[in-house]
Amino acid sequence: MAATEASSSKPLDLTAKDTQSVSSYVKSGQPYVWLTAAAISVSFIITVALLCLTAARGMPHFWPADLLKAEYQEPGAEPVPMLAELVSEEEVSTARLKSAGLKLEDDKPFHTRDLVKVGNRDLYGADFRYLLDEWILSRSYPEDAVVLERMEWGNFHGFLEAMKENGSVIASGEQAWTAYAERQQRADRLHDELREIEKGEIGSINYGLERVRLDTRRLELAGKTRENAAAEYQELDARKAALDASYEKLRTRLVEIKTELARDSLVLKSVDGQELEIPLAKIARGYRPNAMGLFAKLGLYFEKLWEFVSAEPREANTEGGIFPAIFGTVMMVLLMSVFVTPFGILAALYLREYAKQGTVTQIIRIAVNNLAGVPSIVYGMFGLGFFVYFVGGSLDQLFYAESLPSPTFGTPGILWASLTLAILTLPVVIVATEEGLARIPRSLREASLALGATKAETLWKVVLPMASPAMMTGLILAIARAAGEVAPLMLVGVVKLAPSLPLDGNFPFVHLERKFMHLGFHIYDVGFQSPNVEAARPLVYATSFLLVLVIVLLNVSAIRIRNRLREKYKALDG
Amino acid sequence: MSEPTTPSASETSRHNIVAGGMGFQIRAFKDSAARWVVWIGGLGVIAALMLIFFYLVSEVAPLFEPAEFKPRPEYAIPGNGETLYTTVEEQGEIAMRVSDTGQVSFFNLTSGEVLVQQKLPIGELSIVSVAEVSAERGVLAAALSDGSVLRFAHEYEVSYPGDKRLITPSLSFPQGEAPLAFMTGPASSLVVRDEGDKAIFLGVDPAKAVHLKAFETTTNMITGESTSEVSGELSFTPPVSADILLVEPLLSWLYVIDQKKGKIAFYRLSGGSQPELVEIKDVGSEVSAAHYLAGGISIVVAQADGKVSQWFPARKEDGESYLARVREFDPPGDAKLTALGVELRRRSFAVGDETGRVSVFYATSKRLINSEQALPGAVSQLAFNPRAQVLIAESADGKVHAYDVHNEHPEVSFGALWSKVWYESYDSAKWLWQSSSASADFEPKFSLTPLAFGTLKGAFYAMIFAVPLAVMGAIFVANFMSAELRQVVKPTVELLAALPSVILGFLAGLWLAPFIESNLPGVFLLLILLPISIPLFGYLWLNMPARVRYLMPAGWEGALLVPVIASVAWFCFAIAKPIEAVAFGGNMQSWMDHTLGIHYDQRNALVVGIAMGIAVIPTIFSIAEDAIFSVPKQLSLGSLALGASPWQTLTGVVLPTASPGIFSAIMIGLGRAVGETMIVLMATGNTPVTDASLFSGMRTLSANVAVEMPESEVGSTHFRLLFLAGLVLFIFTFFFNTLAEVVRARLRKKYASI
Repeated sequence: MAATEASSSKPLDLTAKDTQSVSSYVKSGQPYVWLTAAAISVSFIITVALLCLTAARGMPHFWPADLLKAEYQEPGAEPVPMLAELVSEEEVSTARLKSAGLKLEDDKPFHTRDLVKVGNRDLYGADFRYLLDEWILSRSYPEDAVVLERMEWGNFHGFLEAMKENGSVIASGEQAWTAYAERQQRADRLHDELREIEKGEIGSINYGLERVRLDTRRLELAGKTRENAAAEYQELDARKAALDASYEKLRTRLVEIKTELARDSLVLKSVDGQELEIPLAKIARGYRPNAMGLFAKLGLYFEKLWEFVSAEPREANTEGGIFPAIFGTVMMVLLMSVFVTPFGILAALYLREYAKQGTVTQIIRIAVNNLAGVPSIVYGMFGLGFFVYFVGGSLDQLFYAESLPSPTFGTPGILWASLTLAILTLPVVIVATEEGLARIPRSLREASLALGATKAETLWKVVLPMASPAMMTGLILAIARAAGEVAPLMLVGVVKLAPSLPLDGNFPFVHLERKFMHLGFHIYDVGFQSPNVEAARPLVYATSFLLVLVIVLLNVSAIRIRNRLREKYKALDG
Repeated sequence: MSEPTTPSASETSRHNIVAGGMGFQIRAFKDSAARWVVWIGGLGVIAALMLIFFYLVSEVAPLFEPAEFKPRPEYAIPGNGETLYTTVEEQGEIAMRVSDTGQVSFFNLTSGEVLVQQKLPIGELSIVSVAEVSAERGVLAAALSDGSVLRFAHEYEVSYPGDKRLITPSLSFPQGEAPLAFMTGPASSLVVRDEGDKAIFLGVDPAKAVHLKAFETTTNMITGESTSEVSGELSFTPPVSADILLVEPLLSWLYVIDQKKGKIAFYRLSGGSQPELVEIKDVGSEVSAAHYLAGGISIVVAQADGKVSQWFPARKEDGESYLARVREFDPPGDAKLTALGVELRRRSFAVGDETGRVSVFYATSKRLINSEQALPGAVSQLAFNPRAQVLIAESADGKVHAYDVHNEHPEVSFGALWSKVWYESYDSAKWLWQSSSASADFEPKFSLTPLAFGTLKGAFYAMIFAVPLAVMGAIFVANFMSAELRQVVKPTVELLAALPSVILGFLAGLWLAPFIESNLPGVFLLLILLPISIPLFGYLWLNMPARVRYLMPAGWEGALLVPVIASVAWFCFAIAKPIEAVAFGGNMQSWMDHTLGIHYDQRNALVVGIAMGIAVIPTIFSIAEDAIFSVPKQLSLGSLALGASPWQTLTGVVLPTASPGIFSAIMIGLGRAVGETMIVLMATGNTPVTDASLFSGMRTLSANVAVEMPESEVGSTHFRLLFLAGLVLFIFTFFFNTLAEVVRARLRKKYASI
């Protein structure tokens, strides 16, 4: 198209003589066409780059990087030994480095600056440091350098000196590492048991005790005292005694486990010679990256990746996994689907099949359509004011008077969050379903009606099954929108760390009043509110990547379904 | 579009054609049941969606409702003597009056029935003036006619006998019943400030000299008796007649007011030395009363010319303090003002004039809350109870009239929301949003201007970035791009719309902002070089040998440009650092700061513009592309057949036809940019400033709601103002989306008719 264009000013000579000069190039409008092409290329590049960026930044986080042992010497200072993981490097202008307080004397305009993770936050104060590349001396990668992922204080980088059992050294040097590997497994098992008891069993006992307290309060509110309703009080006392007894039993078991866990400890030495003893109970994982082969590293990579999606967060969400956030997101979205699907379809059926197609319906249709463009935060305000304070507050007054003044439903929770998002996504479902209904050829309905079916039967047996892919598309789009929405959730029930999941083994199993964690909010919270942003950043990228992946998959499947639907009716339309 | 209404004839004629029976009845029942379910469900859902709007309005409406004043019965004042002080307790049930004879009467505010009447232990002396030591604790000080001062407190005990509230008033004397010697003569205009064991007394003697005495109270550990000793003393005669004294709670400023001449002498107090006269201000009229407003920063002065003025210390540009006449209130009627009463916890005050009219104002918003003909004669006393639910007015001829006040949101007025307001402790009028603070005496600053400005600023920069890219991209995809490429590109760009804004915000805040900060020259270079290099490349391509040119199928220009753009971008960032080192001394931000005076925030409008631009590109692109693509083909083909170039066809035929669609695409994009929350929250510093600079941050209406809503007290002015912000966003986006929708609907009709 570009070159074959002819600009014809003389009617007699229809072929263009001069197509390659600058003036004819400008006159032909080609530069503008190229500019429009550039616009779409830029948009395309941005899209792809965004997706790649989240993946590229998040995924390497789980790779066990080699530990660099080096001496770092600032001019005029003693060399300092360090054992660190290289995170990134960049070229920085000398002026910026000087304004950052570095004593630079040479006149090179640029220097390479490395960001390294030195770990040992308890010893050095910070895990990350910026280093000037040229001041790093004597680099080596010692095989026996150890990385320990700890329950607190972040990673430890150093060397294993000895393994201790009950305070006495049982192995040192190379044997210590083999001994450690076995004992770590034992500690992990004990740890799992401890967690199971603390979170699971003691959690349900506490839940039971709370129920007893509320039941007692309910009796009091009903005007029943120990005198006039002795039997009911006795039953409660018995429940409480039973719970107390089982708690006592668990407590002894807990003490046992804790003493067993405290048996082993490691003696370690950091690269600058500080010695330190860490009990195995405080270690999540230990490895020697420099001694590992590619496959060992790959194995560890997937192990860490699995931990990321299946474990609970540690250290103010900056380490560990994001399982509660995934769980909260999924549960909230499922609840929302339960609300939004029937009502969205009903509204669409009303608008398309039952309402009189006139100006009023058209206005309603436009209004519903436009509600999809209303900022999500407005829905959040509505949810907070109407659902939480008004509806929830009334529910509390009516049914949960025993726990007042602490609110049950009168406070943000997963039920209100999913209802709010259901309202937010209703327009999406309505519009998609309506579109599907509109696509169904009139002849099909008329055939059904002509055969004597009632309108309801026609709808149920002919129209709805044919429109089901459209509804599916609407629902998927709604889910994709809801999964990524954060602003309204901040008002109606999402928290940075939920003590318990909204679904557990305690009757009635589903706790709709509980607050929950959410992937999107997790990104916001860890990325912006965390005290240790540098350490948390890769994890946030990984979380983002997961969320993007889920949403892209949902959208792609919605598009697929829509396209298949269109193909299907093309044949019918004729 | 198929018309889905089904003929209803089938229902009515059914019984005539086919024999009725059990099965038919059930079917008919099911049919009508389905009809009802869909009707009710459908309308219910639509009603629920509409409820959002009405709910927002219902939350906002109380802000603009006028205050309510319900009168209680009027009655003659109980007790004897002339009233020196009146107040009402917290619950608004019981009023207290102190008269010059030393009689304290507690009476039921509704009926006037005296509950307790007690004479202060002052013997034969009379009271000259009463000072509020602490209104919050109910501590008063009475200056007696012999120059001594008696401190006492009024207390209320609340009990619930038989589930009914009973308030028992009483007097107490925390510093003992013996008066404290202060001056030799009667002290008019007594002021007492106390703090722990220290107390400062100020008074004016009959010769109009001001006396100041500081006392220190020591309590004997064994007997429990306390003795007060003078720890400092000074006196001076001000150049104006000292009729009213006002002292700042922190004891740094003193106002001496001359009622007759209408002058305020403004003094700086400092420790034990003589007060330093800063300046004397002319009020412009006789002064009838003056009082501190809540918070202890401004004073209000009721004038004889029927006006009220508010004053507080401010600083000139050279840092020198002066007394600023901040604003003036003009109550209805021009009668001489005779009484002034202030609220304890908010900056409201009431003034009464000699005709008996009482007007209530809120200082910061300069709003006249209410004006009421309360009494038949001149008003002599006005007081609010601490919760400001009750206003009591007393006339000079001994009548009492109380009002139940329902005045929830005095802070709101059009001026307070949108104009510059001179707030306390500031040196000039400003637009400020500061909804809460740690201190209880804080003056709330509710200007929506900085938030609305921030919203529009963010949206403006986002649109500047997004509109050219999205619209030009749509033009290319719809008009020039080959079909197979279009099938890949369009869904990919549309996928961007599904990208959660929290991810865009996170990338903008934690990746883009630091990246731009360290590559600022590169960004500018890219903005300049990219638009130049693309047509240049086009020209080079035109001059390539035909063999090479024909390698690219028609409509693949976009794909060809991807590597070109990538390399131009790489080139820009690669040469930017050397350029920065040479031209800007290695650090463009500090160069801008020093040379141009532009301050650079890391999270600024540039970052937000790009991030939010990326968020709206797919929206605009998708709708604009649809509009351009559905321009009837015969139009453009006709134009091309007449010899117009593709570009001429585009600008002459396609774009004019599709322009309403492009307009509606931009409107919908604008709606999204205005309401976007997470990106702004994460990519700006969220400071509510009115600064249009590309390199400073902002706070938008939506981000403000997200930040402040969880902490806001339900039903407070702040809470309702946040809902007002939400309502504004709702109406704004709804309006623009509807506009866009109507334009598109008309366009569709036009296409159909061609």
